[in-house]
Amino acid sequence: MQDIASDADVLSLYGVPLSSRLIVGTAQYPSPAILTEAIKAARAEIVTVSLRRESGASRSGEKFWALIRDLGVRVLPNTAGCRTVKEAVTTAEMAREVFNTSWIKLEVIGEEDTLQPDVFGLVEAAEILSRDGFQVFPYTTEDLVVAEKLLRAGCEVLMPWGAPIGTARGLNNPYALRALRAHFSQTPLIVDAGIGVPSHAAAAMELGYDAILLNTAIAKAADPAAMARAFALGVEAGRAGFRAGPIEPRDMAAPSTPVIGRPFTDLARA
Amino acid sequence: MRIEVNGKRREVTAETLAALLRELEYDDRHVATALNQSFVRKADRDAARLKEGDRIEIVSPRQGG
Repeated sequence: MQDIASDADVLSLYGVPLSSRLIVGTAQYPSPAILTEAIKAARAEIVTVSLRRESGASRSGEKFWALIRDLGVRVLPNTAGCRTVKEAVTTAEMAREVFNTSWIKLEVIGEEDTLQPDVFGLVEAAEILSRDGFQVFPYTTEDLVVAEKLLRAGCEVLMPWGAPIGTARGLNNPYALRALRAHFSQTPLIVDAGIGVPSHAAAAMELGYDAILLNTAIAKAADPAAMARAFALGVEAGRAGFRAGPIEPRDMAAPSTPVIGRPFTDLARA
Repeated sequence: MRIEVNGKRREVTAETLAALLRELEYDDRHVATALNQSFVRKADRDAARLKEGDRIEIVSPRQGG
C-alpha cells in the first residue's frame, strides 16, 4: 500500500509508473473530436482499444489509430466479445502485433445477458498468455478463489467488475470487493465495468481500489467531456479519502460537539 | 479457390496469405491476421499457404471499452 504520509502517489502497473488512476474506453463516443476531448478531460494515461474486422475498401482502422497515437496515451487492447480461450488468445496475439504492446485486457465472456466472465476460460487463457510473455489485465468477477488462480497464472493486476458491462449500477457487491482488497493488499486492483456516475468511482477508490476503468458512463453522457472531468475528480476525491484514513461506520449516534460543559445539563428532562 | 475472409465467402487466386492481402488491396495496411483461428505473424504471411475452405480474419485497430 502507499505511504499515507508521502505526497507521491504513483500507481505501478507491470512496472509502468502512472499518476492517473482513471482508465478510459474509446468506444461509443458521438464523434472522434468528442472522444479526444473526453480523454483529455479525464486526464487518462491509459485508454482501452480493440480489434475488429477491416474491409479492403475502408481505412477506418488507420484513422482511429492515428487519432489515438496523437493523444500520446498508452493503449490497453482488449479481447472484448471473445467467448472461447482460443478466440481470446488469438485476438491477444493479433493485438500485440498491431498495437506493439504486451499489455492485454483479457475478456472471455461466458454469458450473454450479464456479459459475465467465463472465469474458467479466463484462468486458462491467462496462463497461456502469461507464459507467452503477455502482461495480462483480467476482467474478472469479485470471486476471491478465481483471483488467487489468476495470480498463480501469472497476472499481476486484477480487474473485478463493479457491475455487468454497460449497466451503470455501480458496485453491486461492496462486501466482496472489500474482502478482495483486504486479501490482496499488494496487488493492483482496478474496478472495471458497471460504473455509472462519479460517486460509484469514488466509492471504489475509498475501498482502496487502485484505479477505475470505464467507458459507457463517459461516452454516453449528455456531455462526455464534462462527465470525464467529473469522473477524474471523483477518482481523485475517493483516492484522497482512502489515503486520509476514513473512520469506521457505527450503528449508534455519537455527538460531535463536546458533551462536557453543555448548558442546562443539570436540568431534569421534561 | 473459395475461402472465407472476415466471414464472407470469396473466390480468390492468391495462394498465400501475403498474396491474399495484396489481391484484396490491404497491402500497406496496419492489420493483423489469423488463419483458421490461429494467429499468423506479419513475417509469416508469405509462408502461410491457403487452401480451399480456409477461414481468414483480417483486423485493424478500433474503439474499445
